Amino acid sequence: MKNILVCIKQVPNTQEISIDPETNTLIRDGVESIVNPYDGYALEAAARLKDKDKDIKIYALCMGPPQAEAALRECLSISADAAYLASDKFFAGSDTLATSYILSEAIKKIESLESIKFDMIFCGKQAIDGDTAQVGPQIAECLDIPQITYGLTCECKDDELYVTKETEDGKEILAIKFPCVVTFTKPNFEPRLAGAKRRFAAKKMEIGQIGVDMLDGIDRAKIGLKGSPTQVRKTFVPQVKKGGVIFKEGSLEESASKLAGLLVENKIVVDIE
Amino acid sequence: MGASKDLWVFIETKTDNTPKNVGLELLNPGKRLAAEQGGKLVAVVIAEDTSIAAKAAGDYGADSVITIEGPEYKHYSTDAHTAAFTYLIEKYDPLTVMIGATGNGRDLAPRISGRIGTGLTADCTELSIDEQTGCIAWTRPAFGGNIMAVIFCANHRPQMGTIRPGVFKKPASQPKDIEIIKESFSFDPNKIRTRIVEIMEEVGEKVDLEGAEIIVTGGRGLGDAAGFDLIRSFAASIGATVGASRATVEEGWISHAHQVGQTGKSVAPKVYIACGVSGATQHVAGMSSSETIIAINKDPNAWIFNLADYGIVGDLYEVIPLLEKELKAKLKA
Repeated sequence: MKNILVCIKQVPNTQEISIDPETNTLIRDGVESIVNPYDGYALEAAARLKDKDKDIKIYALCMGPPQAEAALRECLSISADAAYLASDKFFAGSDTLATSYILSEAIKKIESLESIKFDMIFCGKQAIDGDTAQVGPQIAECLDIPQITYGLTCECKDDELYVTKETEDGKEILAIKFPCVVTFTKPNFEPRLAGAKRRFAAKKMEIGQIGVDMLDGIDRAKIGLKGSPTQVRKTFVPQVKKGGVIFKEGSLEESASKLAGLLVENKIVVDIE
Repeated sequence: MGASKDLWVFIETKTDNTPKNVGLELLNPGKRLAAEQGGKLVAVVIAEDTSIAAKAAGDYGADSVITIEGPEYKHYSTDAHTAAFTYLIEKYDPLTVMIGATGNGRDLAPRISGRIGTGLTADCTELSIDEQTGCIAWTRPAFGGNIMAVIFCANHRPQMGTIRPGVFKKPASQPKDIEIIKESFSFDPNKIRTRIVEIMEEVGEKVDLEGAEIIVTGGRGLGDAAGFDLIRSFAASIGATVGASRATVEEGWISHAHQVGQTGKSVAPKVYIACGVSGATQHVAGMSSSETIIAINKDPNAWIFNLADYGIVGDLYEVIPLLEKELKAKLKA
């Protein structure tokens, strides 16, 4: 019987984020919180393994503020069997390395609470807010287990997991021993949705809570804002290209003629057959 | 902390031992930053045969090269490359390490940073040195490119970052013999915990997007695979290479070899013509460094217009033939 842990993050739907032109800051009010889409692909990969082997148990783990529980309930509604939330003010402000360290300690704690060992730890390749793609590999490093990144699909074969991954030149199939970390990117299919029955059941399920006091061996000097090797010094809104010449009105013939004129005049297009 | 003031650039290699572009690109900002740090610009090559990449590193401006060679490094593996690279860092204690943000680079760098216990900044697009602290100011997009963050790694060494391919230009090549330090570090292949079962490279079509001066890219707005006929014919007439958005590749309209963006190629041509491309973050990540960007899209609110130097709001099926006709008329006049 295999156990899979899916690490998820609650993120703002960055598709909905816009910039306040007056203050040059992000408008985050009213932006919905969602399960990071790439983590959704990781959950789907776990669910597909479970489709073939009903004995597989899927756990979801999220680090975040108390309201991140909503993201875990979403996972329970889709395919997770159990969920844990790692939440503590000491965790706040952690960079990727500190986050990975906390998650790896939380993973060990869940293993001891549940008297299990995780065979597979699945993550999204990156979160759509931070876009770092570092937490998956850093969890693997903290746990000293192998990893495959940019996974699309996977299947269990004997004592290995076969992962089809995306590369710059196409695809590769890699085999990896258990236990392992696999991070997932967008496959060419949509993940399953939550069912009404599961959604109803998920509302009542208990979510395990993990605070810093429960992580016995953790070095508090390596977590949170102060324990993080990297710090954000400042943020700014990137300048969009101002003064681009965009033809919006008038006939297309006229626009094409004017654009062609500019492209030739400014030597942007110099030759044509 | 930080006995050496050197700045390292990882020269990632392909399986034929030739260097990927990104490592050579990084020698460009690397030269400037190494000088400001008061150290040398050192290239690191870990490959089956390091001679080609080591020579290229010298020609493109490195002061010296450190190599590790062996058959176990022919194909990238997380285990062997992490062990080898970490061995070098622990031995030489560089101040800064820069790695190209390729698929392998982003697999490797977090593993090294975790093993050493130092800070790593992902997918940077701007690099400078903070005058006050002497730290590298690693600048990178976040929130899907809506915001830029400046990250410091103040108290841990080396300070590490992955840098997006295509952002910096390769320096001019000048043949130069530099010091090559050959380190020996072997990694038992039986201890590599992943195994290559199959490599499914896109065969047949080879597309040189990275070397192209003009790229014409088709996006979802084409509507179907046949839309690329128009893109191909327009591209051929102006001597351009055909690019594609992720959506079109996923729909099977064109091969992955044409894909521009985070999971495709990063490009920085002189002219980038985006047709029916909305400007999704992962696409913009691969083309925003283009010198001149031209957008054709029927949606006036498409994000791509925020990046464009020139654009026409209109149906690409009408606009492209008109534009081609007008260009012909003006250039042949």
